[in-house]
Amino acid sequence: MTLTTFGADQFGFLLLSLQWTLLLTVIALIGGGLLGFAVALARTAQPKPVRIAAATYIQIIQGIPVLMILFLSYYGLSLAGLELPPLFAAGASMTIYASGYLAEIWRGCIQAVPKQQWEASESLAMTRLQQYRYVILPQAMRISLPPTVGFAVQVVKNTSIASIIGFVELARAGQLINNATFQPFRVFLVVAALYFVVCYPLSQLSRLLERRLHAGSSR
Amino acid sequence: MSYTFQFGVLAQYQEQIFSGIWLTIKLSVLSIVLGCTAGVVLASVRSVWGGVVRFLVDAYVEIIRNTPFLVQLFIVYFGLPGLGLRVGADTAALIGMTINLAAYSTEIIRAGIEAIHKSQIEAGEALGLTRFQIYRHVIIVPAVAKVYPALCSQFVLMMLASSICSAISTQELAASAAFIESQTYRSFEIYIAVTLIYLALALTLRAALALIGMWLFGRRVARRAMTALPEVQA
Repeated sequence: MTLTTFGADQFGFLLLSLQWTLLLTVIALIGGGLLGFAVALARTAQPKPVRIAAATYIQIIQGIPVLMILFLSYYGLSLAGLELPPLFAAGASMTIYASGYLAEIWRGCIQAVPKQQWEASESLAMTRLQQYRYVILPQAMRISLPPTVGFAVQVVKNTSIASIIGFVELARAGQLINNATFQPFRVFLVVAALYFVVCYPLSQLSRLLERRLHAGSSR
Repeated sequence: MSYTFQFGVLAQYQEQIFSGIWLTIKLSVLSIVLGCTAGVVLASVRSVWGGVVRFLVDAYVEIIRNTPFLVQLFIVYFGLPGLGLRVGADTAALIGMTINLAAYSTEIIRAGIEAIHKSQIEAGEALGLTRFQIYRHVIIVPAVAKVYPALCSQFVLMMLASSICSAISTQELAASAAFIESQTYRSFEIYIAVTLIYLALALTLRAALALIGMWLFGRRVARRAMTALPEVQA
């Protein structure tokens, strides 16, 4: 990498670090999805203490900054004697962050399934598990598609915060190049453009799905 | 784990913590007032004029909503001086937060305006209201009342996101935490304490916004503002 101006080499470096942004996003969505799904189920479960515990978890995650989750897992893990690379702390904290929001989104989707569906499946003598498996979740999943894709945009953007603990993703790569080239305006505009190129299609997809699925349900 | 917590060491750093909290509150309140006002203006301008104006407002909203807040801060803080505009860390934070919040507020209020039924406007016309009166009483105020809970959630999210301003050396709460961490090496304690402070700030802000909502729009809107969690707007 030459240290003079922002050129093709630097752009290549940005593209490479974009891969880390995407990897972190995928980790957050898979990890956060699994954990969030469990919390969403707990949030809609029958025993009240379970529901309250899940609601408290969601409230806490949504009431603290992502940066604090990141610091707590970064320093907390090293405190526990685990010397882990930033990717691990970043992945863990993005997973926790995503789980709190996905749980709330999916709770809304589960509860958006009409009550009669529960009653009808109950009158067919289905167990609670069967009700979820065959009646409720397939409908909830369809409803959840647009907001989930929309949330993916938030995750892509929030992975940039991992740069603060030294994880070299797109935003951090931008900083590094800026330190070498002193062309902040140009460098960060290109960084912003790269984020936009990833996020905008997702936003549009979410909108499209919303229109499609909405039209479908009103038939 | 053999670790023993020592929250006691934090006591001597009260001053840093309080000045951090104070700056976080100032930045949040100012950016909420400025961003929300800009949101009302932009959403109105967009719906009144259409054409090029609408395109420009929509482009602004889409660009801000599809790029990270951190990068927006970098552009303001590191980029503006290159254009001959020197800004301090606090000013850069306020500019960044306002620009960000204005875009989200515009989008939320736009949705509120579009949800106003056409018959309402016709009813206003039938009552002999002027166009300005219709815009004020029939469109904007009911639209904002309708989306007030979503706006409140966005405000709380902005307050939490202000922690990211520490990355451009704004001395708000998260920066105070990092400073104390560097002095004491009690990382876990300080970040737990500050996380709890953020949680308290978020709950307080939500309660305050609900009270304002009660005063502006009545009890029902206020109750929804208190319970609604951030929605994902596509």
